[in-house]
Amino acid sequence: MAVLGARLTPARQQALSVSIATGAYALSFGALSVAAGLDLWQTSALSLLVFSGGSQFAFVGVIGAGGIPAVAAATSTFLGIRNGFYGVALAPVLRPWHGWRSWWGTQVTIDESTAVAIAQPEHDAEARRAGFWWTGVGVYVLWNAITILGALVGQRVGDPSAWGLDAAAAAAFLGLVWPRLADRRALAVAAVASVIALALTPFAPVGVPIMVAAVVAVAAGWPTPRAGTTAAAPKENS
Amino acid sequence: MTPYAWTWVAIVGAGAAMWLIKAVGHRVPEHALDNPRLVRIAALVTVSLLTALAALQTLTVGKGLEVDARVPALAVAAVLLWRKAPFIVVVAVAAGVAAGLRALGWG
Repeated sequence: MAVLGARLTPARQQALSVSIATGAYALSFGALSVAAGLDLWQTSALSLLVFSGGSQFAFVGVIGAGGIPAVAAATSTFLGIRNGFYGVALAPVLRPWHGWRSWWGTQVTIDESTAVAIAQPEHDAEARRAGFWWTGVGVYVLWNAITILGALVGQRVGDPSAWGLDAAAAAAFLGLVWPRLADRRALAVAAVASVIALALTPFAPVGVPIMVAAVVAVAAGWPTPRAGTTAAAPKENS
Repeated sequence: MTPYAWTWVAIVGAGAAMWLIKAVGHRVPEHALDNPRLVRIAALVTVSLLTALAALQTLTVGKGLEVDARVPALAVAAVLLWRKAPFIVVVAVAAGVAAGLRALGWG
C-alpha cells in the first residue's frame, strides 16, 4: 500500500478504494440473483448492461418475489433515473468528448464515479477527470468479475438467507439512501413511501407497491416550497 | 415465449433504458435542468424507492408481512450508518447479524 500510495494521486487512491468496496458488494448481488431464479448468464448480463447496483437488486428482487419481468425492468429503470442527472453535473469536467469515450463514459456514469469526480478540488480538472474514469472503469471491472463469483458461490451455498444475504440487500438499500435522508421532507417521503408500500403488499400485484412509492415522491416534490405562488401552475418558466 | 426468454427481454430492455437515461443526462443542455421541480422530484424519487425497497426487503416474504432476523440486522445497520461506518462494513455486519441469529435458531 505504501508503494501504491506513493505512486497514486489522491483521486486514484480514492477511485481504487471505492472500486474495491463497491465491487465486493457485487458478491451479494450475484448470490441473490441466482437465489431469485436467474441463471449465471442472466446475472452477468444484468451487471454488464444495467450496471447500477440499486436497479439490479430491484430487478432480481421483483423476479424473486414472483413478479413478471416487465415489472422488474420498469422498477429497475425507475430507480436508475437519478443516473440521468449525473451527466449534467459531470458535463463541465468531461465535455467535450467524442467517439468511444462518449459511449463508454456514458455506461460508467454511476453514483460512485460521479461522487469521486465531484469530490476532487474544483480547479483541478485533471484530477476530476481521473476520478471519474478510474472509479468508473475500476467499479465496472470489479463489479462484473465479482458478480460472476457471487453467482457461482451462491449456487453452492444453498439457502442465501442462512448467510444473511437477504438482510445484506436490505442494508445495502438503506446505506445507499442514508446520505439523502438529511432533510425533513426527504425523511417524511421515506416514511410515507415505506408504510404505503408495506400496507399494499398483501393486496396489490407484485411490483405495484414500489411504483406507488415513486408516486409519493412526485406528489411531495410537485408543490413549490415557500415562494411558490400556485402549485397547479402548468409551467415554470425561466 | 417462455418466462426464461421474457426475462432475457427484460434484462436487455432494462440495460438499454439505463444507457439511454445516462446518455440523455450527458447530452442535456445545462439550462434545461434549471427546473427546480424536476430536480426536487428526481431527488425524492430516489429516496422513496430506496427506502421502500429496504422496508419491503426487511419485512415481507412473498406477499406476507413477517418480522424475523432481518429486523435486528437492519437496526444494527442503521446504528452503524449513523456512526458513519463504511458501506461495505454495514452490509457485511447486517448479513452477519441475520446469519448469526438464524444459526441460533431465531428468525
